Amino acid sequence: MVWRNFGKRFRRAWQSIGLPPIAILIALLLGAVVLWLAGYDPLIAYRAMWQGAFKDLTAVTEVLIKATPLIFIGAGLAIAFRCSIWNIGAEGQFYLGAIAATAAGIYLGSLPRAILMPLVLLLGIAGGAMWGMLAGFLKNRFGANEVVTTIMLNYIAIFITGFLVTGPMIETKGLFPQTPRISENAWLPRFLPPTRLHLGFIIALLLAIILYILLFKTSIGYTIRAVGTNAEAARYAGINVQNNILLAMGISGGAAGLAGAVEVAAISYRLYQLISPGYGFDGIAVSLLVGNNPLGVIFSGILFGALRSGSEVMQMNARVPSVLVLMIQGMVVLSVVAFGVYRAVTMEKEE
Amino acid sequence: MELLPALLFLQSTLAATWRMATPILYAAIGEVFSERAGVLNIGLEGIMLIGAFAAYSTAFETGNLVLGLIAAVLSGLVCGLVFALFTVTIKANQIVVGAAFNMIGMGITGFLYRAFYAESGKVLSLKTFLPLDLPFLSSIPFLGEVLFRHNIMVYATLLLVPAASFVLYKTAFGLSIRAVGEHPKAADTAGINVHRTRYISVLIGTSLAAIGGAFLVLAYADQFVEGIVTGRGFIALAVVVFGGWSPWGAMGTSLLFGVFYALQLRIQAMPNVLIPYQFLQALPYLATLLVLVGLTKRRVRAPKALGIPY
Repeated sequence: MVWRNFGKRFRRAWQSIGLPPIAILIALLLGAVVLWLAGYDPLIAYRAMWQGAFKDLTAVTEVLIKATPLIFIGAGLAIAFRCSIWNIGAEGQFYLGAIAATAAGIYLGSLPRAILMPLVLLLGIAGGAMWGMLAGFLKNRFGANEVVTTIMLNYIAIFITGFLVTGPMIETKGLFPQTPRISENAWLPRFLPPTRLHLGFIIALLLAIILYILLFKTSIGYTIRAVGTNAEAARYAGINVQNNILLAMGISGGAAGLAGAVEVAAISYRLYQLISPGYGFDGIAVSLLVGNNPLGVIFSGILFGALRSGSEVMQMNARVPSVLVLMIQGMVVLSVVAFGVYRAVTMEKEE
Repeated sequence: MELLPALLFLQSTLAATWRMATPILYAAIGEVFSERAGVLNIGLEGIMLIGAFAAYSTAFETGNLVLGLIAAVLSGLVCGLVFALFTVTIKANQIVVGAAFNMIGMGITGFLYRAFYAESGKVLSLKTFLPLDLPFLSSIPFLGEVLFRHNIMVYATLLLVPAASFVLYKTAFGLSIRAVGEHPKAADTAGINVHRTRYISVLIGTSLAAIGGAFLVLAYADQFVEGIVTGRGFIALAVVVFGGWSPWGAMGTSLLFGVFYALQLRIQAMPNVLIPYQFLQALPYLATLLVLVGLTKRRVRAPKALGIPY
């Protein structure tokens, strides 16, 4: 049974695993052209980037640390995008999760570790899910386009964070625009010292697997995909489209919120204005790159983590502005589109 | 005595309103064409950034603002060709391509700005378009300040909106655009070249978006900074919806946003304001949300084929 449609399965696997490297190669080539035109030596820049990502164990673990929020966010967005809900708001949902987690980590800091640690993560999920479902509600109730509402909610979330870290939640010394540290009872354990690799990475892998099973092996996932393929047909078939929109926004928002909570509980231990360097936007590309497959997100997340981590070293050692990596990521998405991965996914939908 | 400061506040707020509405209006008018033809371009933000940077670098190097504007239009046309190639010819998902454009716009302008300007030690400011002093009109009290002391790019919107409306509703080409956005198959049967019409509409959209970005450096701020567009591209998308996909509607809605931007700036500039500035900064975005929600009362239907490749 498994071997039926082997050709099709193989083609599909190739499309989701084999094409991204080609797409990345093309994007890197285009990036090299831009580097060269701007007067940099692309080879030196890319060598610095490569070393930054893979030089030694610490570099590799830093890549995985950068990949962790991307895997959370990308896996969640895969669900939303499969439902044809264009949630561009993972950035704001990440911030809401980080806010909720920080608040719990500070104000409930006296709780024992066994309670506080999971509580911080759960509240992170709740914060992100609430922010996401707000956009889902506005779509259901008022027909407000989620692309626009989620982007507006991003800005609002960032301003709320700015307000909290300069006002009500500012550290007691009040020197920097940041909150005090959260209670040590909320810290996620790190393994493999002296590196910073932490439990959150394992949780991210688990979430990707769980969301894959949910999407492809359960009736809930089937319904979500049915709504995404053709909402009208799904409605005629008796599926409650609005509930599925809320669910998709809740899952993707919750995953982004969890990413925010993990970032606070495992890396920064506090909240500050720019706690996300744009994870929520990278996550969009991470999901699209692998045709919105939660399992594939593990690979694309690590890849984008490597790009990001490497580009920071490239900026330090080769003096090349790291923001170039955003352009490379955009080019990756475009080349994936050009190679028809996206069309393959839509064809799959039509079957 | 209490009246005078209030009046001055009103005057400066209203004067800033039109100016603040202008970049959004350019982008929104362009997007009306694009969406009326059935192509949703959420990459406006990135394209505005590219337009702003093209205008800035050209004007900075040549010292000529008009050349800067031309460079912005050219950059918009290039973006439009690529966008249409992907969304019309390759028939890729428009939202995916738009999202990629936003990343590319952010990345490439940020990179080039840092590579050539940020730490170059040069004086980075431009001599922007100055307000035109109109004889007699500019010296009318109150109204003169509000309406008649703007720069040429602000006044140009007075031509742009009626022109856009005329093209869209009174010309054969406008009819083709609307037909292609409503029912491409029927339009095709009637002999309209769907792909060509969509290409042209997308190009109109992206070049106007680039002009909107250029406004920010040539006629508003006097230099480029990373992410200078700060969401105006996304707000323009909301303006198109709330304006009912019509140029005049877009104008009205842009002015509404102009009020929020202007108010936010004015209140921030006031001494002894107790409202945290983050709440003021959030005002335009919050207003966008509320406006979208308010849409439910007077729903205008979107072009039927919006977002669907043909």
